[in-house]
Amino acid sequence: MYIVKRLFTMIVTLWIIATLTFMMMHFIPGDPFASDAKMLPEEILENMRAKYNLDKPLAEQYFLYLKDLAQLDLGPSIQSKTRDVNTLIAEGFGPSALLGIQSLLMAIILGIGLGVVAALNHNRVLDYLSMFIAIIGISIPSFILAPLLIKYFGVEWGIFPVASWGTWQHTIMPSFALALGPLAIIARFVRTSMLEVYNQNYIKTAEAKGLSTFSVVVNHGIRNALIPVISFIGPLFAAVITGTFVIEKIFAIPGIGKYFVDSIFNRDYPVILGTTIFYSTILIITLFIIDLAYRFVDPRIKITSRGE
Amino acid sequence: MTNSLPETDALFRPANPAHFENKQISRPSLSFWQDAVLKIVKNKMAVIGFVLLTAIIVLSIIGPYLVPYSQSEQSLTEGNLPLSSDHWFGTDDLGRDMWARIWAGARISLIIGIASALIDLVIGITVGGVSGYMAGRGKTGDRIDSFLMRIVEVLYGIPYLLVVILLMVIMEPGLVTMIIALSITGWVGMARIVRGQILQLKQQEFVLAAEKLGTSHGKIIIKHLLPNMMGIIIVTLTFTIPQAIFAESFLSFLGLGVQAPTASWGTMANDALGTILSGHWWRLFFPALMISLTMFAFNAFGDGLQDALDPRSKN
Repeated sequence: MYIVKRLFTMIVTLWIIATLTFMMMHFIPGDPFASDAKMLPEEILENMRAKYNLDKPLAEQYFLYLKDLAQLDLGPSIQSKTRDVNTLIAEGFGPSALLGIQSLLMAIILGIGLGVVAALNHNRVLDYLSMFIAIIGISIPSFILAPLLIKYFGVEWGIFPVASWGTWQHTIMPSFALALGPLAIIARFVRTSMLEVYNQNYIKTAEAKGLSTFSVVVNHGIRNALIPVISFIGPLFAAVITGTFVIEKIFAIPGIGKYFVDSIFNRDYPVILGTTIFYSTILIITLFIIDLAYRFVDPRIKITSRGE
Repeated sequence: MTNSLPETDALFRPANPAHFENKQISRPSLSFWQDAVLKIVKNKMAVIGFVLLTAIIVLSIIGPYLVPYSQSEQSLTEGNLPLSSDHWFGTDDLGRDMWARIWAGARISLIIGIASALIDLVIGITVGGVSGYMAGRGKTGDRIDSFLMRIVEVLYGIPYLLVVILLMVIMEPGLVTMIIALSITGWVGMARIVRGQILQLKQQEFVLAAEKLGTSHGKIIIKHLLPNMMGIIIVTLTFTIPQAIFAESFLSFLGLGVQAPTASWGTMANDALGTILSGHWWRLFFPALMISLTMFAFNAFGDGLQDALDPRSKN
């Protein structure tokens, strides 16, 4: 029953997101055929508008779109005349998701490791060193890091292949460029959270009964320090597996990240809506799983009064 | 039994005043904030962070006046000059003095970073705090949490760029519009993190104790829950600031941010991307260094602040 209710809420949320996006994209000035308008005669433009239902009143366009959406059809892409939005997403999602998941794993594993090491060595060299790495990670955005990686690791030292997509080696540099920021943030969260957890009595109990440092950290420390990391990872997961504009542009990755930005500048209405709905669906499901994960990590947590 | 009284009296003797002396409170009693300030001053990293931050802010005010160039003054014959006694940080491709641009840009970047971080802080803590606290508190509580979290989902879901363009259509481009654009959707991350922390913290006994003593919900959130998650809030804040600085540069790059020739650290870093191949390293190095130093200062000071505000850490 709870799941059914939650599913219904998810659909309503998606509908609100789609409606708001629909209204906003039609409110901003511009037109998908703005660049063609100078070259083509008015009759052809009108035919093109008619083809994509753009000549109909907005309300009608909206209901036509919802009707298609109910059948999971995201409509045609105005820019790419040969492929519809479903195909664009199906083709590009693989590379984007692969990169996203790979970089997220990298960020989580290294971030938690770095954070724990820093917390265990509070105010000592290793703590400062990890803070240094974290600050570099937060201060150097991917659009600067990516060209630097290409220049040194790709061109000058020739360690990784540059600018194409095919083998797993091609995914290493973009994954790292994508992972560094989140890695640094996760490390900072874990460090701070671990320091707070280490003030708690149950850690003293665990230490007093002679458990090894490893056991105290893994079984009692990390678990209770993970809540902020989980809160942070949820939205990040949805964002990275649907691709990132900057990284995909710089590394020439055939993902879907570029559509999120390009479609808005091209006023490619069906692609704007399609990518938004696709991303939002993943996001909403992820946030739901996060709520479940809170309880898994800390069984004391109770999110609804019925205890689910 | 009337004669027992003098006997009992004999059992009571005047106390030795010397006993009281070592029970005396040796240091003056300090308020919470006095104690916090003392702890920050004792923390070396926090002091370094504070001094650095002050230096950056002072230089952003007086820096541009220390050289005889303005941030927008071009000199095409002096393009991409390396560091020299004339141009302390070199010049960019249009011959503009990098020192003047760095400090003029500091104003824009610091204002955008700090203002949007503070707005995120206030809205994020309020929404996240109420949502996390009300979750699991009867049917009404569940509804409030669910409603606020659906708003968060919607704001996460709608394309951010569309919101920004819409704002630019409605309002005129500029610093205020930019800060609003960054804050409209920016606070949701803080709200989710605060909610997660509250969900965990409110299960602890001290919250139950406060509640049973009749403390109001608002007071429990502000006085009992928030101080116990200051560390996480400060960390979230310190990375919101650089994110805002870079978001500004991304928007400026798309033509939606501050307009050329006005400098900001983000746009300077962005303009310098091409120099990674040409070897004019100072063009990328100084904006990146300034952002990193600012981050270091905020983080170092933030860590000290966190230790100082943590009610559990004594000394």
